[in-house]
Amino acid sequence: MSDKKPISSVNDFVVRFANVNGSGSASANEMFARAILRHGVPVSPRNIFPSNIQGLPTWYEVRVTEDGHLGARGGVDMMVAMNPQTWDKDVAGIEPGGYLFYDSTKPMPSTKFRDDITVIGVPLTAITNSTYTDPRQRQLFKNIIYLGALSALLDMDPKLIEQLIGEQYKGKEKLLSSNVHALHLGRDWALQNLKCPLGLRIRKSDKVGDRIFIEGNSAAALGAVYGGATVCAWYPITPSSSVAEAFTAHCKKYRHEPETGKAKYAIVQGEDELASIGIVIGASWNGARAFTATSGPGISLMTEFIGLSYFAEIPAVIMNIQRAGPSTGMPTRTQQCDIIACAYASHGDTKHVLLFPEDPAEAFEFAAAAFDLAERLQTTIFLMLDLDIGMNHRLCRPLKWDDAKQYDRGKVMTAEMLEEGRDFGRYLDVDGDGIPYRTYPGTHPTKGSYFTRGTSRDRYARYSEEGSVYADNMQRLVRKFETAQDLVPRPLQANAERPTKYGVIYFGSTSPAMDEAIGLLESRGHQLDRLRIRAFPFHSSVASFLAEHDFVYVVEQNRDSQLRQLIVNENGIDPVRLVPITHYDGTPITARYIAKAIGDHQDHLKVTPLRKAVS
Amino acid sequence: MTYIAKPKFHHPGLKKNELGYTHRDYEGKISTLCAGCGHDSITASIIEACYELSIEPHRVAKISGIGCSSKTPDYFLGNSHGFNSVHGRMPSVLTGANLANRELIYLGVSGDGDSASIGFGQFAHSIRRGVNMTYIVENNGVYGLTKGQFSATADRGSKSKKGVTNTDNAIDLVAIALQLGATFVARSFSGDKTQLVPLIAAAIGHKGASFIDVISPCIAFNNHAGSTKSFDYVREHNDAVNRLDVLVGRDPIAVDYAPGTVQVVEQHDGSRIALRKIDADYDPHDRLGAQTFLAKHAAKGQIVTGLLYVDPDAEDLHSHLNTVQTPLNTLEADTLCPGSAALDKFNASLR
Repeated sequence: MSDKKPISSVNDFVVRFANVNGSGSASANEMFARAILRHGVPVSPRNIFPSNIQGLPTWYEVRVTEDGHLGARGGVDMMVAMNPQTWDKDVAGIEPGGYLFYDSTKPMPSTKFRDDITVIGVPLTAITNSTYTDPRQRQLFKNIIYLGALSALLDMDPKLIEQLIGEQYKGKEKLLSSNVHALHLGRDWALQNLKCPLGLRIRKSDKVGDRIFIEGNSAAALGAVYGGATVCAWYPITPSSSVAEAFTAHCKKYRHEPETGKAKYAIVQGEDELASIGIVIGASWNGARAFTATSGPGISLMTEFIGLSYFAEIPAVIMNIQRAGPSTGMPTRTQQCDIIACAYASHGDTKHVLLFPEDPAEAFEFAAAAFDLAERLQTTIFLMLDLDIGMNHRLCRPLKWDDAKQYDRGKVMTAEMLEEGRDFGRYLDVDGDGIPYRTYPGTHPTKGSYFTRGTSRDRYARYSEEGSVYADNMQRLVRKFETAQDLVPRPLQANAERPTKYGVIYFGSTSPAMDEAIGLLESRGHQLDRLRIRAFPFHSSVASFLAEHDFVYVVEQNRDSQLRQLIVNENGIDPVRLVPITHYDGTPITARYIAKAIGDHQDHLKVTPLRKAVS
Repeated sequence: MTYIAKPKFHHPGLKKNELGYTHRDYEGKISTLCAGCGHDSITASIIEACYELSIEPHRVAKISGIGCSSKTPDYFLGNSHGFNSVHGRMPSVLTGANLANRELIYLGVSGDGDSASIGFGQFAHSIRRGVNMTYIVENNGVYGLTKGQFSATADRGSKSKKGVTNTDNAIDLVAIALQLGATFVARSFSGDKTQLVPLIAAAIGHKGASFIDVISPCIAFNNHAGSTKSFDYVREHNDAVNRLDVLVGRDPIAVDYAPGTVQVVEQHDGSRIALRKIDADYDPHDRLGAQTFLAKHAAKGQIVTGLLYVDPDAEDLHSHLNTVQTPLNTLEADTLCPGSAALDKFNASLR
């Protein structure tokens, strides 16, 4: 051991589990995170997993954060190294003074360790093998045994873990007691053989409150249930598949007629993304609320239909759980890289509405709102999630619903309105908002029918290749997009304590890292006003924010600074005033990264006066 | 031309169907296809079938892809909603529409390029799922709108108008539909309205995936010597296995059929099909037999037409999904939204 002092920290550290994919570690690791929550201490866990089912390395990182910083932190204070494949890299990644927890059943050469960390060996395999004979049990209980050992090392209350096990195996007494037994095997071994607790500790607190712990994909899927989606068509693709799977589970729970057992929904697994969006467009054309969930490659395939939705004005909701592109890219890594691809999807002049939720709670709200927006605006609405929000459990405020709320079905002309003699022009703007009336198929025997097509037509849906007729329609679509500005969620602004000419724009999953970075930057003397963009088209307050600041940083998780491009393009402002801060290695952006990038740039901006420099 | 308004007046003595509609009420805009196009005959047959079935025109949704065939829904059932969607994607759009409202009649109109090439996958999967629809392919073996390139249904060895010989094997959509489990499969010829009209009527009455392949010669690009989709060639090689009459309601079966020559099929909607056998050995309830029969005759260069397979007890996608009888597009927040109390419980389970 070198003279580097072991890290000492209560309720503020990072534990990383290195496991082999398919070894059953996920549920034990998740239980570790939940157990800390039960101590009243916020955690922010992240799965770092391969595009693989069994055998490749996988990591689970838990940031313990009494201060409630839910973004990734970077660095590892304690490594639970359960995967020989990644041992060297895992050991090298531990912060100086950190801790290495490992299975000491087989002796390891001293060269495999570091002298500036604390090494904790627990003979996990030996304990497991002397207790269990079944190979599968050995593998699963080994995970619970290390959980037990960690509970002793980190000074956790075993009662709280037992409680969690009790909830998980409710009604399955045998599994329940054997899990509790395994927990205590590990815990007792650690208490008897190791110095417990370590410098890293969990202490009971009250910082969790009424917050819930949920994955963004599940929350978005529940938003679709609350928002009245009845048709879901999808094609499996990471990281979006769990949206459709969660929608299926939620519908099974909430959407069956009690009397008949019949389903008030239809879910179809399409043969590809083309079919999925086609089904959504067909269902929406016929007046049902429909959505699909996909990721980048799926968006690429859907673009022809998205253009049809824009031009023929058919509602659609697409949830895009973004992953690192281009092409297959890094399918299990996170990015915010489809901003341009979605904002301008399809050939010809097109623009689409994008919603950027920051966490599962907003994913729920925006998913429900997306269906109102799609029917009000009669066009595609993109819900832009990413793998970081979608596939990780996130601590967030409880989901809320107002029972007085009715769905906004948009401008739909009914049989009664047609009977009254209302003038029906499918592409006729009657009140200046750019949005025409539509009719559902089968409405009236002689009135209100029309022929939907992707070709140009006049205000009464009659085929036309007249230039002026085409241009008139395209202008109306621009008006409609302007209307959208005031219907979508507005940006949220938070100003620095002192007036400043510097601002920062960010969106989506960058949110928790950005909030934390602001604190780090303030401690370095940098004052920044913040604007969190929540939708495209941009509300006028975005232009005001740009006008009020000399320099605005745009923080995003892609290479080409796509949101910045969109802002420059749509607001026609001088690009020099918008400074790109990008992070795109597939890991979630961290507060440390943002603070360093912005801080360094701010330091550069402090120009030394010329006279002083030459004298 | 669509910009020439079609006159609304008609002969006062024009016959009316049970609902009081005349033929004219089932027509659409004036066709913009070439004079003599086979597709226009199919349009006329669809109009005739819907008139005879006394269907309310607005209760039909007409959905198509892209191409000459896909333009035709504009030329029939002018009071129905139509959707000229995306090339090769009619089946998915129709599937979605059908899920949204199970009470309408869904008529899918497509072509051989639309269904056998770009949309081959969607054709296959909509059939597999058993979507309740009548799927008509207006099959001429060429791309008409882009001026005469071979399509995937063009027979190997057939010649294009420019004299090029097709070296690729043909896709037989009827054989594929049978293999994929379509529960109503037929082939006909646009030049044989007496066979086609009752086939369309029977297909509409069928609950499940109905598929009709209609050979429809392209007068401009595929009606020459050396083509296997020309009027002359199809007439010479047409091998009809049966003829049928569709009986609406409970009318007694006409007595002029010779005993043993007629097979009656009860349809889900209460109508009946009276099949007059031409080929005494052909059994339209035998899927495997139909597949073998088709393959043998295709090898001899014959085009087998008629009702090739029907399963009167078929199920559709809605029964597979166990959906409610009420159309999904009529459900509102009161029945779709679980409400705040359920949400509070949900929140509590996540702490």
